Amino acid sequence: MSQDKSFTLDGKTVPYQEGQTIIQAAMAAGHYIPHLCFNPEFKPHGSCKLCTVKANGRQTASCTQQAQPGMVVESDINELNDERRVLLQMLFVEGNHFCPSCEKSGNCQLQATAYELDMMSPHFDQFFPDRPVDASHAEYLLDFNRCILCSLCVRASRDVDGKNVFALSGRGIKSHLIVNAKSGHLADTDFSGSDKAAHVCPVGVILKKRVGFSVPIGQRTFDAQPISATPHPKVKGA
Amino acid sequence: MNAPAKPKLKVATTSLAGCFGCHMSFLDIDERILELMKLVEFDRSPITDIKHCGPCDIGIIEGGLCNAENVHVLREFRANCKILIAMGACAVNGGLPAQRNHLSLPLILEEVYHAQHGLVDGFIPNDPELPLPLDKVHPIHEVVKVDYFIPGCPPSGDAIWKVLTDLLAGREPELGHGLIHYD
Amino acid sequence: MMTSQTNVHAEYLNPILARRQHNPNDLLQILREAQEQHGYIHTDAIDYLSLELKLPRAKIEGVAGFYSFLYLQPRGEYRVLFSDNITDRMLGNMELLENMCAQLWVEPGKVSEDGLLSIETTSCTGLCDQGPALLVNNIAINRLTPARVSSICELIRERVPLSAWPQEFFAIEDNIRRKDILLGSDFKSGAALSALFQRGADATLQEIKTSKLRGRGGAGFSTGMKWEFCRNAAGDAHYVVCNADEGEPGTFKDRVLLNGYADMVFEGMTLCARVVGAKQGFLYLRGEYRYLLDHLQAVLQRRRQQTLLGTSILGEAGFDFDIEIHLGAGAYVCGEESALIESLEGKRGTPRNRPPFPVTNGYLDRPTVVNNVETFASASLIALNGGAWYAGIGTETSSGTKILSVSGDCERPGLYEYPFGVTVAQVLAECGARDTQAVQVSGASGVCVSADEFERRIAFEDIPTAGAFMVFGQQRDMFEVARNFVHFFAHESCGFCTPCRVGTSLLSNMMDKLANGHGSPYDFAEIEKLNGLLQSTSHCGLGHAACNPVLDTIAKFRPAYEKRLAHKDFVPAFDLDAALSQARQMTGRDDTGAHLERSHESR
Repeated sequence: MSQDKSFTLDGKTVPYQEGQTIIQAAMAAGHYIPHLCFNPEFKPHGSCKLCTVKANGRQTASCTQQAQPGMVVESDINELNDERRVLLQMLFVEGNHFCPSCEKSGNCQLQATAYELDMMSPHFDQFFPDRPVDASHAEYLLDFNRCILCSLCVRASRDVDGKNVFALSGRGIKSHLIVNAKSGHLADTDFSGSDKAAHVCPVGVILKKRVGFSVPIGQRTFDAQPISATPHPKVKGA
Repeated sequence: MNAPAKPKLKVATTSLAGCFGCHMSFLDIDERILELMKLVEFDRSPITDIKHCGPCDIGIIEGGLCNAENVHVLREFRANCKILIAMGACAVNGGLPAQRNHLSLPLILEEVYHAQHGLVDGFIPNDPELPLPLDKVHPIHEVVKVDYFIPGCPPSGDAIWKVLTDLLAGREPELGHGLIHYD
Repeated sequence: MMTSQTNVHAEYLNPILARRQHNPNDLLQILREAQEQHGYIHTDAIDYLSLELKLPRAKIEGVAGFYSFLYLQPRGEYRVLFSDNITDRMLGNMELLENMCAQLWVEPGKVSEDGLLSIETTSCTGLCDQGPALLVNNIAINRLTPARVSSICELIRERVPLSAWPQEFFAIEDNIRRKDILLGSDFKSGAALSALFQRGADATLQEIKTSKLRGRGGAGFSTGMKWEFCRNAAGDAHYVVCNADEGEPGTFKDRVLLNGYADMVFEGMTLCARVVGAKQGFLYLRGEYRYLLDHLQAVLQRRRQQTLLGTSILGEAGFDFDIEIHLGAGAYVCGEESALIESLEGKRGTPRNRPPFPVTNGYLDRPTVVNNVETFASASLIALNGGAWYAGIGTETSSGTKILSVSGDCERPGLYEYPFGVTVAQVLAECGARDTQAVQVSGASGVCVSADEFERRIAFEDIPTAGAFMVFGQQRDMFEVARNFVHFFAHESCGFCTPCRVGTSLLSNMMDKLANGHGSPYDFAEIEKLNGLLQSTSHCGLGHAACNPVLDTIAKFRPAYEKRLAHKDFVPAFDLDAALSQARQMTGRDDTGAHLERSHESR
């Protein structure tokens, strides 16, 4: 009596397991749907909206939408890619993303996703927000200019490390990342380089100090191949 | 490429608040410049040393806007060029010069001309010949309509070549993986 | 490490913590009460709360940072917030604000140097029928005039405690203009519960279903179905929540219902509790209605004495239910039911991913009914008079009555209760509106109705509404109306999802660009494009609705936009000449080269 546990993604059949969301099943099968706040190691969050697809004609975030039998999912279509590009442009103008000075350049998911979607300009007027850099910690640097509020570090610290080093504060366009210290400084938290939270930032906020240019620009992860052809290391397939 | 029977297109280039690195990168098209010269002729450009831009088909802008002169030059380009291209990070998003934007301009001028260690009797230059700085550095699309963008710091010669040859061939420019870069 | 002995804040925090039983789910309430004691939330207070509630301090800071009415920095002994709905604007609130700032020598948004006060704006405070209004230390003052503003300035200057201010400043009026079955009922507390006992819980649910009552918060979901889903959902506890976070600009009916009809509301919640099997209920009251708290607590206390709440309600063994009041703290998004539940749990008011819905996974992940104030009051009427009676009122698909909050350009603003199906024209005639250009129905997220549509009806099948009915005369600029709403949404966006967080700010900037005379057809196209994205990709209703006022006014009042497209071609959003003013000042130059033309258009 087994019901067919599969749906189609841009015409290709994708099998899924009960409880999987569209993107979870798609990634496991080696398909790429653009995403930033989603990480297969964590519970879906649904905030960046890059993974928006059309499921049976209705737009929805594919990271939180449960897969259903026979669902017709459209993802790699102009209409959605145009919207995703605008979402990326929003993230770029909201913060200060000066790629040439960022050690994450070439390994950055925001940048690589923007390459993938042919984002040629920020389009909107830059907000040029005044955001701090926290260099207090001996080993790690926090550059809040690049934060896209995906909350992966918040989730990793809370759910994996059991520490709550990071949290979001503020509201709306004033939302921002904070650390768990009265001083507001990372050095005064129990953060450690061995934390999961130290290694989940998709952009260049949480960076290890003194490792600049160990791999030259031009030879980094997403210089070698597009993000769509670079599966997450924890995901089989592709 | 098309056979070079058509009249040559006019191209102008300039560097505003930039480092000329994008122009250097432009020269990285190497011997392809000979092929390009069959198709275009340069109006205002560091290559020609023409001081003002006349009517052109394509204008290429390196650098963002950090002072009044940048604005005048940009407006001159926009008024004269059918197609305007922002070349490189500074023109596209403000780039390095825009890193001053989180500081107030008076604070910067104070620091540079008065407070800095080793300055004696410093004063802020006020010669009318000098362009006044804007309170913030802006990418060029915030001030005029821009038709195409070539990101990169600098964009590679190949990326610049690709956009120009696409345009000259009447195609929508497309960079694709490997050529599109923000660093 | 901080110990309780060394923390001076322990003195006022301990009683609060004791009253709240050190429950971390009550964090928002604890923070709010702490601020009432200390004026703001001191960093040492956060340390102490972190210790006592066993919560990370970053989480506490994150919660405090979310709500507009909670302050992590001193905001003055007197914190003045001018209500800034469009109706307040139409009544001259900005002039009064400037007037007050001038009299007290303080800049808007900044704390005075002596730490005495701060003056800012806030989203609609629900006093549109008696505006302009303000909140001082979160207590509402209505009917501002230059004279009243001067008196307030004097009281602040003299540091007169709020309790000694003239009572007439705080005399909030009900302004009930038209009564029907709800506002006109002579409801006796306990009557609906007696009817419930006679009929039984199953039959009462059946009556609610027969009545075809639909949620009065605007979405119109069947109340009977909601109660039934919750009742059937498995869980070791069920909850009943009354949504009194009446934040939709222009809506103030819940304020009046809670002031004069609280028994009907609480009784409706108690009925629901019996039907779904809940022992605990919450009234989530918007922070702007803080002044109603003592009154509502007194009603609850009386009801406990009357055995209408508590254990063995009306002597029925095993029927235990009580209601706790939680106050919001300045966050419109908490009117969204899943955000409201997050807020009840002491968290940031971020809407949850749905499904699952609150009826199965609500407060503390337990089955929860969330209904509007008016819905619960209507349920009491239905329990008393039967579902068939109720279904006979209104229209086929919109049974019963709807209370409208009428404000704006009319002679008699206030509450008007009508059977569903009333036309916009009839409401306009009865409230004394003349020469009306448009009506914004259901607030900023609602529908803008133009004169040629005034025969349309207030009903779920035509114009659904949460109750707001803002009237705009011919003299009003509908572009400015939309711009006010767009700013409202940008201020109230929770910031969770990209399109709403950034998009509402971009949209505000674009509307400001047009207002500042820098608009061109390019910007108009940009606004339309952005609206499409907000609608299709936002996480919750706030983002979806944020473009409604613009889309509606563009469709119906296009000339109001067109006259703002001052330029043929794109011009910058900022004033280039002004961008040189700092440099001019620093160099002392004012020659022609020290200026830039504002715009440079090829003609």
